[in-house]
Amino acid sequence: MTKTLIGLTPSRRAVLGGIGAGLLSTVAAPYVARAQGAGIKLGFQLHRTGIGASYGRWYERTAQAALARINEGGGIGGRPVEIIFEDDATDPARGAELMDKFVNQHGVDAIFGPLFSHVVIGTAPRAAELKVPYLVCSEGYHVASGMLNRWTLQPGITDVRSQIASMAPWVSGNLGKKVTMIFPDFAFGHDHRDFFTKAMAAQGGEVIAQIAIPPTETSFTRYFPQIPAETEVLYHVMVGPAVLTFVKELGEFYGSGAKPAIFGFIDSLEAVDTASPGLEFLEGTHFWEAHNRVKPADAGEHEAAYRAAVGVDDNGASVSDAADVATYSHMFSTWETLSVIKAGMEAAGYQGPADRQKFVEAVEAMTVMPYSLDFPQGDKTFNGKTHQAFGHQNISQVQGGKLVRVHTTSIEDGLYEDAVDYTTMSF
Amino acid sequence: MAFGPFLLLAVLEGLVSAAVLALMALGLSLVFGVMRVVNVAHGQFFMLGAVVAWFVAQAVPGATLGWIAALVVAPLVVAGVAALADRLVLKRLGYEPEATIVATIGLLYIFQQAALSLFGPDARPVEAPFVWRIQLPWFGYSGYKLFVVLAAIVILLGVWRLMTHSRAGLVMRATQVDRDTAQAFGINVDRVYALTFALGAGLAAVAAVLIVPISQAHYLMGGDPLLLSFIVVIIGGLGSLRGTVVAALVIGLSDGIISMFFSPTLAKIIATLLVAAVLVWRPQGLFGARA
Repeated sequence: MTKTLIGLTPSRRAVLGGIGAGLLSTVAAPYVARAQGAGIKLGFQLHRTGIGASYGRWYERTAQAALARINEGGGIGGRPVEIIFEDDATDPARGAELMDKFVNQHGVDAIFGPLFSHVVIGTAPRAAELKVPYLVCSEGYHVASGMLNRWTLQPGITDVRSQIASMAPWVSGNLGKKVTMIFPDFAFGHDHRDFFTKAMAAQGGEVIAQIAIPPTETSFTRYFPQIPAETEVLYHVMVGPAVLTFVKELGEFYGSGAKPAIFGFIDSLEAVDTASPGLEFLEGTHFWEAHNRVKPADAGEHEAAYRAAVGVDDNGASVSDAADVATYSHMFSTWETLSVIKAGMEAAGYQGPADRQKFVEAVEAMTVMPYSLDFPQGDKTFNGKTHQAFGHQNISQVQGGKLVRVHTTSIEDGLYEDAVDYTTMSF
Repeated sequence: MAFGPFLLLAVLEGLVSAAVLALMALGLSLVFGVMRVVNVAHGQFFMLGAVVAWFVAQAVPGATLGWIAALVVAPLVVAGVAALADRLVLKRLGYEPEATIVATIGLLYIFQQAALSLFGPDARPVEAPFVWRIQLPWFGYSGYKLFVVLAAIVILLGVWRLMTHSRAGLVMRATQVDRDTAQAFGINVDRVYALTFALGAGLAAVAAVLIVPISQAHYLMGGDPLLLSFIVVIIGGLGSLRGTVVAALVIGLSDGIISMFFSPTLAKIIATLLVAAVLVWRPQGLFGARA
């Protein structure tokens, strides 16, 4: 009698074994799913926390919207698509670690999405070592400069060098010749410094002062006395959580006194309402925008559908919260990059990770990206040798507290000679 | 810009950072002096103050009224959170120095991630209670920044009076000098600790409400002020009220002036060297009593 009872009670070892097996199956689940090979898996290197968090939130929303659209249209090559979002904390070391996680644990087919240039530069070497396509949305010149590798491409956004080349003629022709630059003191800011200084010289203008500000700075008034009095144009580009403080303190500094013409990159105001208190002095000043935050009266036919899909109203804020302003001039790059991934994989007849190289070659073969719902920011040309896309840029003026488009550049305005031919490099 | 106005702007900026720093560091110094707790989460109380100020300012209509409400509510809320943290965490560790450092590091991350989850990643502005720009011949300056300096002086005087002329201050000082004897004389040491921790956090929150109309509320804003507060407290002498204020003035002004004439990095380097020098030649700080 006693014996039977003991036999029915599970032993401690059996219970532990059961728990262990359960745990193992949970951990192994991603690998099992991978082995069945049903869909396409993409990794998204997301700035969910850290100084890029404002961008990260909108990048995730935009990528989700693009994903929903692609899956509704039948996925990629008829297979459903899944995106795995992982937070890189806007940190290069963490970014590089994520590559291993994406490839070895999740078994993704390709990785895309990062914006901040220091993260991209820190991550790209690991992507090449793991031989996984890495499609960045970072604007930096580091892709086209030849600094990175065959596996890193930037098909979804024009790089800073090209943006600047197309801005300089307009700035020198309309605002003034003597320019003072204020920029963040890291790779992205240095691209601005180097190429705008060159581009202005080519236009017969001159950059008379360059003021570099550490990217984690929170107080800016102390830098403004370095602006020379003879400055005709103040060129500013700032990133990170303190951008609003930057523009506010600039307004206080100039006050009602004489001030130069002000030309800024919208990065200085991404995710910030242009009608915020303290920003009144921006009235009449100009901004570069890749994709106009306030819907222009003559917007293209796909603009409305894109805004509806990503949940942004005609003023560039979330449809559910007017105070939640989008990073509208940058986030389209995740949408367009996903379009490129779809087109590239379908052209390559992509089956699985063994075809990653074929996918990169298929993207390199692309040349024209026509204006469509796949490319809502506008048509682009892609240079397969330099792995870089080139599109139209816009200049907007603050009128009545809103950004109003006053000029659009042509793609040719932003072209420059190739610095590298990635297609000759080995995989 | 000519040298005179340049120096004036540098001094003004230095005074603003000194004012905020003094309030922050005073809270840190009080907590260490009385409780012997190195509060690594102090910067997060500063951040929480700014975040709560934003929520209050959103809920109350009108810029002036919203900011005044924030000045009252935010320090109280943050002090409450701190008292709770003291009861739930620090007290249970018996105020062991090593354990409390690790525990406050844990609190740091909890507060920071809670702010990220509930408040979001954006920097959000709180409107200043009044808009008054002083237009000098050479540059414009925010009148509100001068108000911050004045307000900080008033609050510092208030804390000084509390510590030297009130019963609560007497009890806190008694606990600081000798915890066991204070307890033997019937002082409820647990309550003193909770109140001290709350007061320290409240001071950080006040500093935050003062600064938030200038630099926005953001979930990562607690890092730099914490570092500077530690520098101030080490130079001034842990637990010394007078030392903290003097050191805050020195660090704030030198930060303003050096970073304007040379570079902000140099200002940080000099502040750190100053700490090293103080630790080598006068480890108890400029005004600290010998341990």
